[in-house]
Amino acid sequence: MERAASRDGFGKGLVELGERNPDVWVLTADVSESARTHWFQEKFPKRFVQVGIAEQNMAGVAAGIASCGKTVFISSYGVFNPGRNFDQVRVSICYNNVNVILHGSHTGLTVGPDGATHQALEDIAITRVLPNMTVVVPADFEEARKATIALGERGGPAYIRTCREKFPVFTKPETQFEIGKANVYREGKDVAIFAIGPMVYESLRAAEMLSKEGIDCAVIDCHTVKPIDKKAVVEWARKCGLIVTVEEHQVNGGMGSAVCEVLSEEYPCRVLRHGMYDKFGESGSAEELLRKYGLDADGIAKKVREGMKMKR
Amino acid sequence: MPGRTHMSIKEIKLMANTIRQDVIRMLLEAKSGHSAGSIGLADIFAALYFHVMYHDPKNPNWEGRDRLVLSNGHVCPVLYATLANAGYFQKEELFTLRKLGSRLQGHPHRGSLPGIENTSGSLGQGLSIAAGMALVGKRENKRWRVYCITSDGEHDEGQIWEAVMFAAKYKLGNLTAIMDRNNIQIDGFTEDVMPLEPLAEKYRSFGWHVVEIDGHNVREIIDACERSRAVFNKPTMIIANTIPGKGIPYMEFLNEWHGKTPTKEQAEEAIKLLEEERKEIEEER
Repeated sequence: MERAASRDGFGKGLVELGERNPDVWVLTADVSESARTHWFQEKFPKRFVQVGIAEQNMAGVAAGIASCGKTVFISSYGVFNPGRNFDQVRVSICYNNVNVILHGSHTGLTVGPDGATHQALEDIAITRVLPNMTVVVPADFEEARKATIALGERGGPAYIRTCREKFPVFTKPETQFEIGKANVYREGKDVAIFAIGPMVYESLRAAEMLSKEGIDCAVIDCHTVKPIDKKAVVEWARKCGLIVTVEEHQVNGGMGSAVCEVLSEEYPCRVLRHGMYDKFGESGSAEELLRKYGLDADGIAKKVREGMKMKR
Repeated sequence: MPGRTHMSIKEIKLMANTIRQDVIRMLLEAKSGHSAGSIGLADIFAALYFHVMYHDPKNPNWEGRDRLVLSNGHVCPVLYATLANAGYFQKEELFTLRKLGSRLQGHPHRGSLPGIENTSGSLGQGLSIAAGMALVGKRENKRWRVYCITSDGEHDEGQIWEAVMFAAKYKLGNLTAIMDRNNIQIDGFTEDVMPLEPLAEKYRSFGWHVVEIDGHNVREIIDACERSRAVFNKPTMIIANTIPGKGIPYMEFLNEWHGKTPTKEQAEEAIKLLEEERKEIEEER
């Protein structure tokens, strides 16, 4: 299977969007090549802005540009954007309610050798609590491209989260993508795995392994963390009676927490949240880190087996 | 027809006096809010909205308008009073300030009230917003300008200096910032809390055009704004030396008046003093 990074999908999506809409602007904070905004810069230099290593100013400048009728993407690593500039995102973007879309590149453990400082594992938690904000985590290159275009057309405030590492591109150009509507990539009756980002593919692999043990897993790509697809969450809780959530993010406050919030109010059901257990990451290759922290197919399968034991 | 309100110097002074009286009454009614800074900025707001800026109260979103970004949002009573006097909304509404359901939020919220260009209240963010607007204006050859009101105290924030570098890099000659240099912040004098000087030298070395003025001298305010229009390829910082609480002796220069409001007696005294000042202005030639 072809492998590509979701940050590349974001970069390609931006160019497509820029061709369609002359009011799309893109800002970078000194990471244009690595966060893949340089393709947009080459084509549309007059709508590209380099702010230097200044994510707080970037958020404010974007708010100003957006208030002149533009759709503005601001891009940096997830730890800085929305990490470094949280208050600017809260006040100048979300409360100001302007059409700005944050791009957090290099998120999750799979940032790899750069280590914990650069592995955004809290970004979903801090964005999804903000009023007016939409939070989208694409599963692969193709979904990132579509999500970027969809968010640009729909408008901000929003946050899109991508990864540095190349992962299998398992969705197709014709696969449907709609903000707020979860995609079911595998049906199953014993347990429903809700996953985001590269964890969707890993969960599909885990489901294959588990099927040989007689455990029938559904795999749902919950790409929109906010507003979460409540209908899908409740429907799968009803069908399976057990949910496992998987994300490259702290288990506290992430997509798993969002699933728990829905179910505790609407259809109480056991949920096992899998992700980072209140820890920082470390240096290593993406593959090594996913294995060590149980976020590869084996680790996910182990978590599902734990859940199945509780179910019986 | 949208455009400028060409008030005379004397008319602007009278308008500033009206705005000060409105602010006192609003704060008395609201029972909380920021007095000294709001009163100290009345001359600058009157000069901007009744002489300098192109705008249209009947069409607040007119594309060709000059934009005013208020960065130190806590002085919004002066902005609200100015907008009401300019005709953006009815003056009676001023007395809903800070009350439940009011469009006049404790700190300004874009979208709630006509004429508000940006949400502010968290210090240090407005200059970035103003620079973003100015960049669009510059790249798209717009004729409108961006004015940004900023406080001295908020220059403690690092983001301000990020924006200062940005505006110089992109040669935002269509951006005029006005600093309310009133020397006070919540915990005391700015130079004790975190020394800011030499501010003019700092701005010049960052590549800005800098003018220092008496922020209560309407002629100087207008001249500095007009000169900034003629500066090509450089943003302008007008350091406006002001007296916090100007015109109300018990309030002047005291940082304790940064965040408190007058009692009924104090408000009556302030109105009386301002009425006397009004008579003096009217008697001027």
